Amino acid sequence: MQQKRTKTVDDPIFEVRDTTVSFDMDRGESKVLNEVDIDVERGEVLGVVGESGSGKSMFASALLNAVVDPGVLTGDITFYPESGSAIDLLELSESEIKEVRWEEISMVFQGAMSSFNPTMSIEGHFRETLSAHGYDVEAGMERARELLSDLYLESDQVLGSYPHELSGGMSQRALIALSLVLEPEVLVMDEPTAALDLLMQRSIIQLIQEIADERDLTIVFITHDLPLVANLADRIAVLYAFEFVEVGPAYDVLTEAKHPYTRALLNSTPNLETPREQMRPIDGAAPDPVSVPNGCSYHPRCPVGDETCEHDDPPLDSRTDEGEHVAACHYVDEVSTSVPLTLQEVTVNE
Amino acid sequence: MSDEHVVSLQDVEVHFESESSLLSRVRGETDVVKAVDGISLDIPENDVVALVGESGCGKTTLGKTAIGAQRPTGGTVSYRGQDIWKAKDNDGDVEIPFDEIRKSLQIIPQDPGASLNPNKTVQHSLAAPLKLRKPDMDSFERRDRIHEMLARVGMEPPQDYAKRFPHQLSGGEKQRVALIRALLMNPDLILADEAVSALDVSLRIDMMDLMLELQGQFDTSFLFISHNLSNASYVAGNSNGRIGIMYLGELVELGPIDEVLENPKHPYTKALVWATPNLNPDIETETESPLRKVDVPDPRNPPSGCRFHTRCPEAREACKRTTPESVAVDGDENHSVTCLRALENHEYWNSPELEGESAETPTEEPTLADEPVQ
Ligand code: SF4
Ligand code: SF4
Repeated sequence: MQQKRTKTVDDPIFEVRDTTVSFDMDRGESKVLNEVDIDVERGEVLGVVGESGSGKSMFASALLNAVVDPGVLTGDITFYPESGSAIDLLELSESEIKEVRWEEISMVFQGAMSSFNPTMSIEGHFRETLSAHGYDVEAGMERARELLSDLYLESDQVLGSYPHELSGGMSQRALIALSLVLEPEVLVMDEPTAALDLLMQRSIIQLIQEIADERDLTIVFITHDLPLVANLADRIAVLYAFEFVEVGPAYDVLTEAKHPYTRALLNSTPNLETPREQMRPIDGAAPDPVSVPNGCSYHPRCPVGDETCEHDDPPLDSRTDEGEHVAACHYVDEVSTSVPLTLQEVTVNE
Repeated sequence: MSDEHVVSLQDVEVHFESESSLLSRVRGETDVVKAVDGISLDIPENDVVALVGESGCGKTTLGKTAIGAQRPTGGTVSYRGQDIWKAKDNDGDVEIPFDEIRKSLQIIPQDPGASLNPNKTVQHSLAAPLKLRKPDMDSFERRDRIHEMLARVGMEPPQDYAKRFPHQLSGGEKQRVALIRALLMNPDLILADEAVSALDVSLRIDMMDLMLELQGQFDTSFLFISHNLSNASYVAGNSNGRIGIMYLGELVELGPIDEVLENPKHPYTKALVWATPNLNPDIETETESPLRKVDVPDPRNPPSGCRFHTRCPEAREACKRTTPESVAVDGDENHSVTCLRALENHEYWNSPELEGESAETPTEEPTLADEPVQ
């Protein structure tokens, strides 16, 4: 076992340490998740924000020990169930992991349609999931009905439908209900609302929040869309080039981001509140996994960095004293003047 | 109708026969989706209009109708005063031939990857519109022109990009090629249908800035379609443009962008503003959904009266019976809204609030909320 870093949350449900997903490619080894360390607090909503090619979906798969071949997952992921002893997720056998998945750690991915079997009714999906995991099917169906109506669905009608008979928003909500029917402790969601309209997105997020509160659920919500988690997450973790570059309480990350990338991302995100003239795109492009820059992976795009950054990879806690808000940057003290936050200026000036 | 308008839509309807619902299959009827139902919209030169609405609201169909790619089932669509479909049918005095019109009205599609031939280089894909538009150009001039355009959208070195195949381009680069291809036709109007939605958030304003910059340089009007109010407001706001809000085939609010966002009149517009995520945690946002219902009604069977009444937080009994007309907001002809609340003396104000149907008890059958496949 690796030497553990000190815990950053009080009551972790996940401890992820030194976790890497790599692929052997013709062009070289590519690490699509690079030695990441993060804790997930029991009962929190953790928003994981990353653009395409940042490793965010790999992070979702890693939490479920569901990285598919030829990807190789290494490191330590410890899961602490509410009762019972800690589980080392990466040491479990195939059948043990199947038990933990869905029952303890459940998931909702983008595009519900492809998660459903088109020839089976929605009710069939619920019954099959319940019986495959040895749950009392009738009691489970009772729960299913409750969940569906909590999600503003007409339960009998939805249960009797086939996947293609439901609109995108309805099938996505049916999938959320399915993922919760075994009463898991954690729900990992990867872009669960990406294909949906604004109103549906916002409504689903509100429902997720209510359900999380009611059922003491821990949620890891992974998205490319920062504003989406701004009001939902308790904490926000930002992925860039397959590593976490900033982790902290949502409010702090949004109002006083410490990493130049997070700040640039905030400034480049279309938002009704931000004065349009002040919005700035981020120059350059995110790196390819086979050629991640040495030193700080953000240095080719960073307006702050100097030579140090080209050689020394800043650790996630570098120079940030408060334990709960950390950033991987050598110059956290200088970013507020070098990369001003446009939205903050507005608020302060008003 | 006026010649000053590049495109003028008058009372346009596009009705499709749709895959029928269970109920009507039993009854042996076919269902009709009124994808666009009585919309009028003028697009002058150098104008930017952003259309926003949920999927199934008909915004894509309206966009295609505006560029002559979709024949309306009712009303007229004209290009600089020439009825587009009369031109197509050679009906009456045709002053502008249909081919000419279609060249002047271009599209940047939702998925630029799918619109580029995977076996053809960028150079090849871009030479085609030039050959059409400028048949006299020799191949050297064409190459120079293409290189110039590639450089202009930041694809440098252009010599290198010109030789690439679509799979060697990023999503943003494909989008830029699609933009160049549309511009090389020297169009008067470009329809950009969800043109930035697939891009990463941080790349969106870059692409939108580019579209706006070229819009100014090429004197082109833009019809920008999006389900995302933040993007739409960025585009329209930076071009002094207008925004149109669509709901179930109707244009429910239309006006200058800042006016509509600061002073939204239609309850649906207000709901969209509510639903737009805000990055500023200091702004208290209402967490309760203002809507009576989460789901969009079945477009094959839209609600009576005002189509929004099943979800509208302000709905009263009168809304079930009366179909509101579009009216000017506070006498401002540039800002119009289709809601009974805009009429001071309407019986709406004395009619009782709509009871019963709350968000908890949806009653409609599952919707097929996607736009009809054409
Ligand atoms: S470490 Fe250097 S290059 Fe990296 S983000 Fe900080 S200042 Fe920029
Ligand atoms: S007419 Fe009635 S139902 Fe329609 S938007 Fe206005 S208040 Fe709402």
